[in-house]
Amino acid sequence: MQSLNDEKIKWLTEKANEIRQSIIEMLIEAGSGHSAGPLGMADIFTALFFHIMKHDPTNPLWAERDRLILSNGHICPVLYATMAHSGYFPLEELKTLRKFGSRLQGHPHREYLPFIETSSGPLGLGLSQTVGMCLADRIDHGKYSNKQFYCLLSDGELEEGNTWEGVMLGGKERLQNITAIIDRNNIQIEGYTEDIMPLEPLADKWKAFNWHVQMIDGHNFDQIVGAVGEAQAVFDKPSIIIANTIPGKGVSFMERRWQWHGNPPGKGPEDVVPKERQGKEAIKELRTLGGKIKSEHE
Amino acid sequence: MLNTNLKLNTKMFDADMEQVPIRKGFGEGLVIAADRDKNVIGLCADLTESTQMHFFAKKYPERFVQVGVAEQNLVTVASGMAAMGKIPFTSSYAMFSPGRNWEQIRTTICYNDRKVVIVGSHAGISVGPDGGTHQAIEDIALMRVLPNMTVISPCDAIEAKKATIAIAKTKEPTYIRLAREKTPIITSEDTPFEIGKAQVFFAPPMTPQVGIVATGALVHKAIVAAQNFAEKGISVKVLNISSIRPLDFEAIINLAKEAGAIVSVEEHQIVGGFGSAVAEVLVQNYPVPMELIGVHDKFGQSGTPDELLEHYHMGISHIEKAVEKVLGRK
Repeated sequence: MQSLNDEKIKWLTEKANEIRQSIIEMLIEAGSGHSAGPLGMADIFTALFFHIMKHDPTNPLWAERDRLILSNGHICPVLYATMAHSGYFPLEELKTLRKFGSRLQGHPHREYLPFIETSSGPLGLGLSQTVGMCLADRIDHGKYSNKQFYCLLSDGELEEGNTWEGVMLGGKERLQNITAIIDRNNIQIEGYTEDIMPLEPLADKWKAFNWHVQMIDGHNFDQIVGAVGEAQAVFDKPSIIIANTIPGKGVSFMERRWQWHGNPPGKGPEDVVPKERQGKEAIKELRTLGGKIKSEHE
Repeated sequence: MLNTNLKLNTKMFDADMEQVPIRKGFGEGLVIAADRDKNVIGLCADLTESTQMHFFAKKYPERFVQVGVAEQNLVTVASGMAAMGKIPFTSSYAMFSPGRNWEQIRTTICYNDRKVVIVGSHAGISVGPDGGTHQAIEDIALMRVLPNMTVISPCDAIEAKKATIAIAKTKEPTYIRLAREKTPIITSEDTPFEIGKAQVFFAPPMTPQVGIVATGALVHKAIVAAQNFAEKGISVKVLNISSIRPLDFEAIINLAKEAGAIVSVEEHQIVGGFGSAVAEVLVQNYPVPMELIGVHDKFGQSGTPDELLEHYHMGISHIEKAVEKVLGRK
């Protein structure tokens, strides 16, 4: 993995913004789905697809690809949008999200869309599958296999017991090729994680299970790329990156609000922006980078 | 009369007939399957010897994964291994796998269509003294409701061995149900086995008056009941159905046409179980009077296997009563 320079960071920042716009557009078209998580994870997805991962959009099932396992399937709008921007399928197809006959199911189905490694949505299952994949790879290629296994988790799904069964086995088996990233946005469907079921001290929990733990700003490309680099350099331990993110990142009236966990623009809380203007306002804010640049439509 | 074409064990009616736990056949079969395919993997949740996976674990330690007492993880990790081309066999007690981890099996194995084998040992009420918490009598229902899933319930250790070897070669997610206790050997090494095929194990010389469809450890009792009727001049034909899904529709419908009355026999709840699956076939294709032997909407308890099978109405006498009852309904 190459290190980042200013030019690449600028390029990634712009790409993440385009992906956020696509997320909003597809959610408006779908009329249902999750807003806050996908927007918050756009920078990490952009870094993974456009800088970190070994993959080939023209050959989604390339045997040598790194594996990306999305455990919290409900943030799939960011997965689909990033895949489309990478060239896996036309941007136009994003408008089929959640529609009958679409490859872009409300929660991802692996048989519908190549490159989706596993169907997900029911929470707490992705890490265990990642552990299984990495174990299988180690049986075939030994401890020094170059294949990387990236598992993306939400913070809310850490409340699922199955997650910790996977954490235990990953630690026991010292699966150094696993890099898991937690979207630590502090919200879940009914409130803030620390109110619903406190997760802190989160880093200590993972350390206690023999994982290498890093905490980063999930919107800082230098930190994202640096943390993944460190995770891959660590010997004999799986790695967890706790990425502090802002749910709804990029759309000010959505940011940091749990009420935007499970609603699309047009159906969210309207104390700041009325429902009928939520979609347009969100797009406008992303296009103008929060008013910093003048929209070409104005 | 025993079906001589199938080379069944002719000593099955003797007092000193050979008895072997069905689970042992799985353990032997897994080693053979692993000898033949290096992708065969074994995963266990701290019941390696109990589920007879220890033969495999000893021979192929590098292909064995001990996940600890964590059945949800057991099948989910296996799904990940299947995604990388492995053929994972996961074993535990049926009460915990598929009892505890049904949603993991549904989402990561069946919905994902990943070939993982779920081996549920200690199924049925004949687990005995461990009591009701450990007696899985709902597992057939849980597994046969899932799209993509194959469900196999062998009648003895030899059939379990053949089923295990056969399962390793298929592409479908599969559940195999095993009993703990020693069970009479009714097949032989030469008896053919094919997933999806029912087999006539016992056929009277004349047209049958009643057809019994049986699965798992109770097949022997069904044959003994049919033999007892033959001595009284009543002709009863017995079909061994180890493949509950896919189910041999043709064999079941033909038996109903021939006999005009059916009795199903299983060591499982009647609701949603094997007999229900047979009834679904008959009611839509060739309805005939039917009686169902199994557990009637109750949990088990501690006791010897024989005490429990008698108490919960799954003994030979109960099968005979069901045959007489269904005869009266013709």
